[in-house]
Amino acid sequence: MTITVNRRPVEHVEGETVGDLLKRMKYSFPLVVVKIDGRVIAKSAFSSTPIEDGSSVDVIHLTSGG
Amino acid sequence: MSEECLNHAETARTIGRGNGPFITGNTERTHDIDRLRSGHKVLAEYTFERKPVKRGYAGRILYVNLTDLEIREIPLTSDVKEKFTGGKGFGLKMTWDLMGPDTRWNDPENILALNSGPLNGTTQYSGMGKCLSTTVSPSTNIICDSNAGGYFAPYLKFSGFDSLILQGKAREDILVFIDGTAGKVTIETAPYEETNSHLLSEQLTYMYAAEDSESARQKVAVVSAGKGSENSYWGILNISFYDPRRRVTRMKQHGRGGLGTVFRDKKLKALVARIEGFNGMTNDPQDIDRITETGIKHNREIRDLDMHENNMRTVGTGNLVEIMDAYDLLPTENYRFGSFPKASRIYSTRFYKRFTQGIPDGCWYGCNIACSKAVDGFVLRTGPYKGERVTVDGPEYETIGGGANMSVWDVDWILEFNFYCDTYGLDTISTATAIAFYMEMYEYGILNKERCDGLELCFGNAEAVLEFLHRIASGDRSEFIQVASKGVRRMKDHLIAKGWGDPDLIENCGMEVKGLEYSEYVCKESLAQQGGYALASKGPQHDEAWLIFMDMVNNQIPTFKDKAEALHYFPIWRTWFAIVGLCKLPWNDIVPADNASTDEPAKIPEHVRNYAEIMSGILGREITPQDLMDQSERVYNWQRAMNVWMGKGRRKDDIPPYRSMGPVTEMEYLSRKDRYDNQLKELVGISPEELSSMSVADRIRVLREHRYEEYNKLVDAVYYRRGWTPNGVPSPKKMRELGFSDEKEMLEMLQKAIDDDDAAGLNVWGGSYGEGDEIPCDDPRYWE
Repeated sequence: MTITVNRRPVEHVEGETVGDLLKRMKYSFPLVVVKIDGRVIAKSAFSSTPIEDGSSVDVIHLTSGG
Repeated sequence: MSEECLNHAETARTIGRGNGPFITGNTERTHDIDRLRSGHKVLAEYTFERKPVKRGYAGRILYVNLTDLEIREIPLTSDVKEKFTGGKGFGLKMTWDLMGPDTRWNDPENILALNSGPLNGTTQYSGMGKCLSTTVSPSTNIICDSNAGGYFAPYLKFSGFDSLILQGKAREDILVFIDGTAGKVTIETAPYEETNSHLLSEQLTYMYAAEDSESARQKVAVVSAGKGSENSYWGILNISFYDPRRRVTRMKQHGRGGLGTVFRDKKLKALVARIEGFNGMTNDPQDIDRITETGIKHNREIRDLDMHENNMRTVGTGNLVEIMDAYDLLPTENYRFGSFPKASRIYSTRFYKRFTQGIPDGCWYGCNIACSKAVDGFVLRTGPYKGERVTVDGPEYETIGGGANMSVWDVDWILEFNFYCDTYGLDTISTATAIAFYMEMYEYGILNKERCDGLELCFGNAEAVLEFLHRIASGDRSEFIQVASKGVRRMKDHLIAKGWGDPDLIENCGMEVKGLEYSEYVCKESLAQQGGYALASKGPQHDEAWLIFMDMVNNQIPTFKDKAEALHYFPIWRTWFAIVGLCKLPWNDIVPADNASTDEPAKIPEHVRNYAEIMSGILGREITPQDLMDQSERVYNWQRAMNVWMGKGRRKDDIPPYRSMGPVTEMEYLSRKDRYDNQLKELVGISPEELSSMSVADRIRVLREHRYEEYNKLVDAVYYRRGWTPNGVPSPKKMRELGFSDEKEMLEMLQKAIDDDDAAGLNVWGGSYGEGDEIPCDDPRYWE
């Protein structure tokens, strides 16, 4: 029961949404792009989009500051 | 306190706006302007023809020699415009033309150049008022560039000049007044004004305003340093912008590299620019509609998205504190750690309550990011202005991060530190990073109270830090203050020369490269950012590259080639802002709603296209995103070539201290033991059995060998990608490709450097490549 997050193996949690995963990973930066198996997930759908076992999740943090 | 300042309690102003009434006023004094003015004697005067800006360029450079009191114009040729674009590009080119390679920071020949850029002064898009300045840095003795908002650069251009070149040294305190209203430049003595910036900039704003009105004061820009700049290598330039809502002359800072130190060494007390006025057409864009449409689109993004993204409009760059803490990147106790249990005490939520909200807070007209936050009515607790009520600009992330680095977790203290650094003219970054190093040395007994001339510089001792600042500003001549105020590199040399402590420990812990202190991010777990810092042209500042998320978190650039590509693209792209006169924050601190669906979201492609649109609209010819990169790559390589010219542009100059790469001490290792143990197993190939038999010291040693090997391979890949030799020299072939075929002196200098490296056997890869390892290039003479 694993998924990959940014190409690193992470345990899959049944019923976990994108929002839950971000919390679990402590990804608190607001400027992130999330893709599941290459499909972009809208920010408004983070809390309603489940992550299936075996998914490849990309959480791309954009850069801030100058 | 000078006699020229009279107590006047009524000038602390209560103003009702935004969220309610607040007290403002930088000072509870009024200034006897007539008395101050009476000390001014005009030493030199130059009259120039007033001409409008044409398609983003004034077309002239103003040269002022402070030794000879010479003032003249240098025409801006089309060749220089094409090859160097503007901003720091002009500063570098003028420095190359007018100065020798052996010039040191305090030689009269040293040039301090303040530059605008072709997009600078635009008001239809956010962040278009940056001043880009260059000089030989006291910290590094190579060229340091630094940028700041405020009104000086646009006013310089609207007065008639793209750049101001200052050379020579005055015999007494002087100021240079560029009067765009009368077409006149004067060098004037300025004996009576304050030196510290919050008072000096206020005095000169009132003195040089054409009349006693808020509107007139907005048309004056002042550049100043402070007493700290006179007495340290961390001098900054404060660029003023008059804030009519607060009725305060506020300031933005050229922070890095000691520009203020050079300024005061030249006996410059201030620069003043005054204009009659300007509007959205003063920069003479060819197609105003194109620019306006692009600006409106971007402004809508800011309005709709900032509150969901970075909250720049309410807390400025301070929003990063909690983010860095969460990702183990917030420097704590001289970068030993990246997070701390007390860090929430200095999160942006704490500063939000202190910042006056509801006021547009841009440092140039038309900026909707408006991140120049300020705390009004702050009562100082220490120093020469103790008890006075002031407006504190910022603090920005780096300053708050500096507090964390010194293990000071107190909002009020950070505000006081920020205020005094600004008015004394001290770089908050270098100051904090250096003090954090001294504190660590204090903890190890390498420094102590006696060696610190009575200061107990232990982690968290905020009062000692403030006392240290006050003693620098007062010109304290004690040995410790004299050495410590010159930064980490000089302190390392001092400690080693005295035989105090293990030289390796001292070298590993002091966070500097090329002599410049690191900015406030922990990069131990990002190889790419280790390169981003240590390979940066001026020294370890994050404005060239901030790749930690891309590398450490996103895992987007796993190979050396990937990292090298990022260390090619981002430094060149981010340098572009410094050649056209812009702030980077509107590029990447606000992101379009559909950015996620683009091919390369990290580059914010829509915003890159916006800049190409604006530049096309101003210049009146089509500019593509690739053109922007080409403009920048020329200047980027020219600066590296100048580093070579000045003796600090080789691989040996790009090596970071180990503290930036991994755990130096056992405490650091043990604080993240699982992380480092796993890396030894997974990356180095040590078996669990072997690991269990290794001491912590052995683990640190093996990890360190691994990380330096990785770093050398990274540098190989980056040099190759940039078209530099394996020893870091831009090749003549590369320079010709960039368009510098006619710059024979430069090409010959580079060829000689390469020949010297050849003779010394230095044109070889730094990494050790075994069978199966991919070297950057098979051709051993690829640069020829």
